Amino acid sequence: MEAGVEHQPDKEGRNRRSFLNRLWALLGMIACLEAGWLGTSLLRSRKNRSLHAPSTEPIDAGAVEAFKPGSVTPIPRGQFYLSRLEDGSFLALSKTCTHLGCSVPWDDKQQKFICPCHGSTFDKTGEPLTAPALRPLDYYPLRIENGMVKVFTSRVQSRSSFEPEQAVGI
Amino acid sequence: MVERTVKRQKSLLADFLIHIHPRTVPAETLRFSLSFGLGGAAVALLCVLFVTGLCQLLMYSPGIDSAYLSIQLMYSETPLAGWFRNIHFWAGNLLVIVAVLHMGRVFFTGALSGGRHLNWIIGLMLLFLVLFANFSGYLLPWDQLAYWAVTIFTGMFAYVPFFGTWLMQLLRGGNEVGAFTLANFYAIHVGIIPFFFVVFSVWHFWLVRKAGGLVTAASGAKNDNSRAVVVPDLVSREAAAGLGLVAILLLFASFVDAPLAEPANPAMSPNPAKAAWYFLGLQELLMHLHPVIVICVIPLFCLAALVYLPYGRYTVLPGGIWFGGRGGGKKFAGGLAAGAGITFFLVFVDDTLIRAAQTRQGPDDIWMRGVVPLLLFVLLLYVAQQILRRRSVSPAAAVLVSAGLVVGVIISLTIIGIWFRGPGMQLVLPFG
Repeated sequence: MEAGVEHQPDKEGRNRRSFLNRLWALLGMIACLEAGWLGTSLLRSRKNRSLHAPSTEPIDAGAVEAFKPGSVTPIPRGQFYLSRLEDGSFLALSKTCTHLGCSVPWDDKQQKFICPCHGSTFDKTGEPLTAPALRPLDYYPLRIENGMVKVFTSRVQSRSSFEPEQAVGI
Repeated sequence: MVERTVKRQKSLLADFLIHIHPRTVPAETLRFSLSFGLGGAAVALLCVLFVTGLCQLLMYSPGIDSAYLSIQLMYSETPLAGWFRNIHFWAGNLLVIVAVLHMGRVFFTGALSGGRHLNWIIGLMLLFLVLFANFSGYLLPWDQLAYWAVTIFTGMFAYVPFFGTWLMQLLRGGNEVGAFTLANFYAIHVGIIPFFFVVFSVWHFWLVRKAGGLVTAASGAKNDNSRAVVVPDLVSREAAAGLGLVAILLLFASFVDAPLAEPANPAMSPNPAKAAWYFLGLQELLMHLHPVIVICVIPLFCLAALVYLPYGRYTVLPGGIWFGGRGGGKKFAGGLAAGAGITFFLVFVDDTLIRAAQTRQGPDDIWMRGVVPLLLFVLLLYVAQQILRRRSVSPAAAVLVSAGLVVGVIISLTIIGIWFRGPGMQLVLPFG
């Protein structure tokens, strides 16, 4: 009887301790979650700041006659390629490989874009010829005004395949 | 009274060392060939990295217009700063190798039992920190190597299902690698990572101490339970190994400069553009398999397997001896050779026959490059398990052979990525 009385508070104390320990663990986990949320939201604010920047003004790529049908010309000022298809229509292609973001140079001899990082190739409409890239190169909307090609580089368009509507005729 | 204070002062250093170590350790764990001092080497490298990192903070300027120049000035204005950069660079790269070898040592000497489960997990986190530290530091010089390696690697994150693009933009601080990326990586490299390094390393050491020092052979402990005193027996050995390593490192860094390419040019990828060497295995896999498989499925599978290792019934090898005893090394080497052979063969066949023959692959490529290889892999696992069961091979042998296979595959993928990929990522002969 006496032993039972002695053990009772002991057991209770142990229960209370394990409960408090669990409470501590829970609080610790909540603190970790909070720190993680705080960190990512601070990082995110930085991302949003940089997304505000681009201007909506189009870039002047040059006169229509300067581009031969079937040619691909790099436009360094806007960091894109102007591809004039065989039918005379224009397509402004992003230089960024859709695989992992390397910048793809145009190979005039082989008539295709060849990515130096993982060997993806694209034709002059931006369609992938060989993997690992799966999507065609992104393109920019463009307009032809008074015989000049104007490209809106702030509005990049991604696509799953090349459609003739993406190219702009004269 | 005076005698007492002198004695107390004398024991200050010893006290500190004793608090990291137990007071005595089993004598058999002093044997160099048990651990090869790899954990100690990692600690020494970490200390070197902290000191040289702090020195570089005084010279480096984290802006896209000034970063590259500040690195150049390290070499021209004060050659000592250039030396510090070399030491930091080589120590960081060496730490990747040492940490991986240390992990291998722990696994192959069976140091996963007896309350070491949690420490294995902490060790995995430390390995992740080592890789992340190396990778985040890679961007800071803002040269062509840095810019494109980071573009490729952050681009990989975009293939994580559901929140991949969000994650990529978060790391880059926007859509492209730019000023905000550099600011992010700088903060991560010099602030966040060192903080977690301190926390997890101290936890790591404390758990080693709690487990009673290094792992011992279960049978040997009964026959030979002689103990060695930590100060000076263990501490002098640790100091000799650590200081020796640091000396070699400093000497090497004074002769071989850390690489620095042209300033970063977002308009032009160098050809070939490669990730940092420890990620080249992944980059190589990306050429053969669907990105979701390479970026998501395989890393998650490997992580799950690594976390499971100390909790598995058969995956813990006998403690205190290498490769679970006699003949184990041969089984591991066999697996290693097979893994390397298979990898080289598959890469060669895929490059010369299959990928060359395919002129066009649509987005449905997830079947041929994703699901089919995965199913083949699962089938192979099943067949291997059946063979092992029929022939009643011991579980330890199976573990050793499969570990060898995995290590062989990883090493040979990395070797192919480093030395066998030339311009346009074509297969070439090394040094040719």
